[in-house]
Amino acid sequence: MNFTYLLDPAHWEFGAAGGIPQLILSHLGYTVLALLIGAVIALPVGLYIGHTGRGSFLAINAGNAGRSLPTLGLLMLMVTLLGLGLLPVLIALTVLVVPPILTSAYAGMRSLDQRVIDAARGMGMRPWQVLTRVELPMALPVLFGGFRSAALQVVATATVAASVGLGGLGRLLIDGLAVNDYSRVLAGAIVVAVLAVLVDLFLASIQRWIVSPGLKGTS
Amino acid sequence: MKRITAVLATVLALTLSACGTDSDPLAGESAAPGKPGAVTVGSANFAESELLAEIYSQALEADKITVTRKFNIGARELYLKALQDGSIDLLPEYNGALLSALSTGGAPQGVSSPDAVLTALKKVLPAGTEVLEQSSAEDKDTLTVTAETAAKHNLKTIEDLKPVAGQLTIGAGPEWAERYQGLKGLKEVYGVEFKEFKPLDAGGPLTVNALKGGDIDVANIFSTDSSIVTNKFVVLEDPKDLYLAENIIPLIRTTANNPTVTAALNAVSAKLTTENLTRYLAQVQVDKKDVKTVAKAFLTENGLI
Amino acid sequence: MIQYLTNNADTIWLALQEHIVLALLPVLFGFVIAVPLGYLAVRYRWLYQPLINTFGVLYSIPSLALFVFLPVVLGTKVLSPVNIVVALTVYTVALLARTVADGLRSVDPVVVQAATAMGYRPLRRLTGVELPIALPVVLAGLRVATVSNISLVSVGALIGIGGLGQLFTRGFQLFYVEPILVGIILSVLLAGLADLAIVLVQRAVTPWTRAA
Repeated sequence: MNFTYLLDPAHWEFGAAGGIPQLILSHLGYTVLALLIGAVIALPVGLYIGHTGRGSFLAINAGNAGRSLPTLGLLMLMVTLLGLGLLPVLIALTVLVVPPILTSAYAGMRSLDQRVIDAARGMGMRPWQVLTRVELPMALPVLFGGFRSAALQVVATATVAASVGLGGLGRLLIDGLAVNDYSRVLAGAIVVAVLAVLVDLFLASIQRWIVSPGLKGTS
Repeated sequence: MKRITAVLATVLALTLSACGTDSDPLAGESAAPGKPGAVTVGSANFAESELLAEIYSQALEADKITVTRKFNIGARELYLKALQDGSIDLLPEYNGALLSALSTGGAPQGVSSPDAVLTALKKVLPAGTEVLEQSSAEDKDTLTVTAETAAKHNLKTIEDLKPVAGQLTIGAGPEWAERYQGLKGLKEVYGVEFKEFKPLDAGGPLTVNALKGGDIDVANIFSTDSSIVTNKFVVLEDPKDLYLAENIIPLIRTTANNPTVTAALNAVSAKLTTENLTRYLAQVQVDKKDVKTVAKAFLTENGLI
Repeated sequence: MIQYLTNNADTIWLALQEHIVLALLPVLFGFVIAVPLGYLAVRYRWLYQPLINTFGVLYSIPSLALFVFLPVVLGTKVLSPVNIVVALTVYTVALLARTVADGLRSVDPVVVQAATAMGYRPLRRLTGVELPIALPVVLAGLRVATVSNISLVSVGALIGIGGLGQLFTRGFQLFYVEPILVGIILSVLLAGLADLAIVLVQRAVTPWTRAA
């Protein structure tokens, strides 16, 4: 086990098929797409449940239920049913990100101080305004926490895509394993871990940027 | 519940012993003289290997040998390691592929008949392992294309690929990227270099479906795979014998072997033929019958149990 | 699917047992390791952030990579279940140490002072006062760790040891849906049961949370 594979400049050639930059790009591609689709599905549902309080049971338990679905099994099931391609991977990864986003959107909305909402109403805000100008901004820190943990999970888990013949950094793991090249497996593990840290730092800086200064220090 | 406790105890014992020593507390049992013995049977990660491993297992069990099954381990690169470190004792192997994997730079020149392969193989086996008698059943790696691709580029042999390979994509298990009996040998022996290599699975449904769906143009499919006939695929001939004789042969750790084990496995090899293997494998791959049931049917019908 | 179940009852049962052991032992080990770590992170505040960061990175190492490396690092055999157990223990610790620390931090300092004033020595105070109060938070973390362990074990099937994950790879190699479905359903059921068990334990050991 050594760093030869990771440090070999030939593996870092940009645009080369199977090169690390290209694998990072496809890996990020799966991650971003899954997060986007997941957010589009989970955000409205989580916010709605949090806002109205209806369906809380679903929101609370979605997290653990979703976590219990084995991604590898789901992916293999989807490929068996739908054939090769991007779609099965996206479905499996989206299922992974929906629960944390849903739960945190719900928790974010529930964590709000009811008095603030009353005050906003008292100031004459309409329900839509209360939601977009008061509730949502105040729920953001909690919501973002869920989003970040979802992102971390996807970055680490997107590696399974390689086990069904697709790309991403999992290729380094699966191929390295198949040809008994531990240096390549190590390279894969390191790049994935670094990527996860970078993605998290990136999201943290976005969070700092969009969360209202008035809320700093409360989360 | 008893079983759970047993498994639990084993794992605990292993966990505790793992830090201190390399020795496996269970490893010694198999060598005890006078006893029928205990064998851990492994298999590669494709259906045929698992079927053969199950046939071996049941044949051994019929002779009162205790069998532990550790199937579906991975590619040869991985399971050979498991064999060498004693995680498994026995595997169904393919003589030519094993020879090629164990010799640096591929199999020696001019070795292609089953007997020549076996002789050469015995010289390069890892220490502490041996092979028993080989069967007449053969399962080769092939380069296979669809009938349309064959017609379009006028392909009959692997040699015919040379001028057109630059436009074609090949799919195989990820290990093919580095194997001599993979991309390396194709380049060296035939001068064939493909446009792209797609790492899929070891001749499994991913590869077959990718070939059917046009995701790849050339596929590594095993010659016993019934999907070749079903889909009217064309198997390209191999005039330069890159893929040597591939007779099925048991590879076993010497410590796990004894006369009872040898006799049971040799009896299986004597009955295995390419024809019956293909037939029984189709029951697993096409009819989705359980490997255990199919293995049992094979052994019963051939009077082995 | 019923036919698949009856034909393969033995295999499935064995896979399920292996799955249970491989997923739950790490929870046990992880808990035992995480409690002192979490305590240290609270006791010595400067430890908190580095510890959290380290575990964050550990947690983002893909499980497959960890499964593959451990034999090299530990000198275990490549097919040894120990590899899976150790890998999942690492994840469990990474997850739990943080929750233990957060749980302990959430204990009202006034309560701690009161306990000290009543003559509790640090260790007794930790086990008798702080940990019980932190328990709901810790157990919530334990639920997450348990459930995600149960789902992660199956990745081991890619290297030949994976409990119910073997049903996934087997089905996948034949493009045969039944084994995969059976594996998923059993895995989810197992996670649900384990989750429920922890919830019940939590109710039993923290009766005061219900009164509130």
